[in-house]
Amino acid sequence: MNLSKDPLNLIITGVGGQGNVLASQLIGRALVRENFYVTIGETYGASQRGGAVMSHLRISKETQYSPLIPEGQADIVVALEPVEALRVIGQYGNASVSAVVNSRPIYPTAVTVGEAEYPSLEKIKQTLRDLTSKSWFVDATEIALSFGAPILTNIIMVGALAGTNLLPLARKTFEEAIQESFPGAHLSDNLKAFDRGVELTKGR
Amino acid sequence: MSVIKKNAPGSNELLMGNEAIARGALEAGVQFAAAYPGNPSSEIIGSLSQVAEEMGIYVEWSVNEKVSLEAAASASFSGLRAISAMKQNGVNVASDFILNLNLSGVGSGGLVLVAADDPGALSSTNEEDSRFIAKIGDLPLLEPATFQEAKDMTKYAFELSEAINSLVVVRSVSRISHARGNVILGELPQEKKTARYDTSKIFIPVSAPLRHLALHMKLNKVREMYESSPFNWYTGPEKPELLMITSGSGWFYSLEAVRTLKLKEHVGILKIGTTWPLPSKLLAKHMANAKRLLFVEEVDPFLENNVKELAAEWSPEVGSWSFYGKSSGHVHPFGEINPDLIINAVSKVMDKPYAPREAGYGQKALEMTKALVPNRDLSFCAGCPHRATFWAIKGALKLDGRGGFVTGDIGCYSLALGPAGFFQVKTMHSMGSGTGLATGFGQLHKFGFDQPVLSVCGDSTFFHAAIPALINGIYNKSNFVMVVLDNSATAMTGFQPHAGTGETATGSPAPIVDIEKLCQALGIRVETCDPFNLQDTTEKVLDLINEEGGVRVLISRQKCALVKAKEEKAKYQVHVDPEKCLGESCGCARLCTRIFKCPGLIWDKDKGKSRVDEVLCTGCGVCADICPPSAIIREEN
Repeated sequence: MNLSKDPLNLIITGVGGQGNVLASQLIGRALVRENFYVTIGETYGASQRGGAVMSHLRISKETQYSPLIPEGQADIVVALEPVEALRVIGQYGNASVSAVVNSRPIYPTAVTVGEAEYPSLEKIKQTLRDLTSKSWFVDATEIALSFGAPILTNIIMVGALAGTNLLPLARKTFEEAIQESFPGAHLSDNLKAFDRGVELTKGR
Repeated sequence: MSVIKKNAPGSNELLMGNEAIARGALEAGVQFAAAYPGNPSSEIIGSLSQVAEEMGIYVEWSVNEKVSLEAAASASFSGLRAISAMKQNGVNVASDFILNLNLSGVGSGGLVLVAADDPGALSSTNEEDSRFIAKIGDLPLLEPATFQEAKDMTKYAFELSEAINSLVVVRSVSRISHARGNVILGELPQEKKTARYDTSKIFIPVSAPLRHLALHMKLNKVREMYESSPFNWYTGPEKPELLMITSGSGWFYSLEAVRTLKLKEHVGILKIGTTWPLPSKLLAKHMANAKRLLFVEEVDPFLENNVKELAAEWSPEVGSWSFYGKSSGHVHPFGEINPDLIINAVSKVMDKPYAPREAGYGQKALEMTKALVPNRDLSFCAGCPHRATFWAIKGALKLDGRGGFVTGDIGCYSLALGPAGFFQVKTMHSMGSGTGLATGFGQLHKFGFDQPVLSVCGDSTFFHAAIPALINGIYNKSNFVMVVLDNSATAMTGFQPHAGTGETATGSPAPIVDIEKLCQALGIRVETCDPFNLQDTTEKVLDLINEEGGVRVLISRQKCALVKAKEEKAKYQVHVDPEKCLGESCGCARLCTRIFKCPGLIWDKDKGKSRVDEVLCTGCGVCADICPPSAIIREEN
């Protein structure tokens, strides 16, 4: 399958601890199986403790790109947390960017303290509609909670991304990458979570 | 399954740069690996530790970087290939050994030191270019620019080390070490060597001046080898209008800049992988074809200044040049470099305008999002024991009232410099330096100093560098309290085991070096506490700072919340009773969410009450003890 653009630039964003790295690795593995060059740049360090985190994925048939996407050059943004979608699109968005966004906020301490406002979900949606060519809002954390495992949010979001068909990958390739990443007892839950994610965006 | 042990030559895999380095070592037949964890280097030895048993190699987490390199050198002296990996600060710690080992030379087994720098200090306290060690130590240096090279260069580094009997330095940076990309695997050797020390050999730096001379001759040999190295290459027109000279992560950014600005016909890139000693003939050959040079590298102008030195010797025979880079201000000499910075640098030098996106959109996107997006301050995790310890320290110092303060060092607990730890920590430098500083503060009473001083250090840091400071304090009768924040893990770098955890790097049981007993053996007062018991911890801190004279130790022991979440079920179910929470009218000024600030607690503005976030709460129950009207309820699970 072909890329809609080369390099295709994907950003996965969220808050430290939400499983950004795992999600980016899973997608990266699936792409390498299909013989793409993939470079992933992650946020490391102190931000992993509750800070804003990002994984940059550069996908190409031609060459290995740097692990950092230049400003304004993101093609797809997957956000595990809603305001993080806005933060990333402010810096990396452009008129043709697409976004897949989880609706569950994680409040920054500035908000819990009352020093800053967290925007309403409606306002976030409206802003994203203004700044993206297409956006999907999904209740990934709620579904993960129904599985009894909020950590599955990231896999559900990978499923939601797969459901959009923005990546040139078949379900089978994702399935193999999930099997490779979760060889143990958690495989079936992760596969189920992935499929629930796909349903959230497929055909929408 | 760990990919680095996959016996599948030719297979195309997605590897982290650090895993690629580890794989390169395995392909070289490494048999001994030792390190102290530190980002961005941790996963090199970390990933080797996971395959150690199966691959029949020895891997250890050493107590610090100097010891790790010494341990690895012993394997080299006994004929085995060995590797040590460290972050830039680790190179400083190991430098005394390195700068004697360079003169003694290594054994018949190749010895490789991977120095992983952290431009932009993404996971460090300082920013530093560790390539200096190659120059002052006369050691061969290699800098991978891709994930494939990270593997291939590491493998080659062992061969080079054996060819000249010298330590070889491989310098990586965060955007190679901590990024992921494609790597084609090579063969894994099956043969294992037997270790034996040849007692006819000595490894000593004396007579130093003669050995220093011999080292320079070794380096000349390396320079000749580097002239034809496959790790150096040129891409671009025969006579470029601008020649970019780059190393490491700079290669990706240079390539992207030329592609983005569509300057392939005008700009050439000379990528140097062998950056010390520099392949001068290769450089002269390419520089003779250009008049303008732009240097692209991370942190210091190492390549830039060393090439300028050569250019000064060659001028005017080979040519004269305009130099662009860190000195000219086109590439800033601090922080990380990135594609935008290099695209803009080339755009400026070549006078070719660049706009990353449509200007109208860019401005709109920045304005619309800036107004809505709140900052996300760093904080201790929900249920982190450090929050509880610093809460107790804060309370005790306030009750004491003499202006006491805390000296700190490096670990998750460094966050106590800010609101996460209630601004308690006032100094932070190198590993263990909080305790070293405290030994000095503890001597100042003769000059009118009357403030209580507490040093804090983590359990892993205690073993790494705080023990000499502690002994210094005891010997010199210094007056301070050392608080060991024992969370049973090297948490900040990825939960590696250490001397106090009862487990080796490869997961087998190990003797526990008991911090409490060790301190007791030094003849000083030692107390322990569970920080989740706030009252007891506060009382102990207060009692210890009130006991004037000598060194006192408090071990605040509670497992890292992230480790605990993986190992055991939460102790408590925690919720806020909305009837009891009085909100703004309580008089507590929202103590739980505004000051204590555990991410598991949320101020619900609409209801005017606090509540618990069931996704984030780890059930430590500490917040129940800080709520004045006891509105936070904990029930045992």
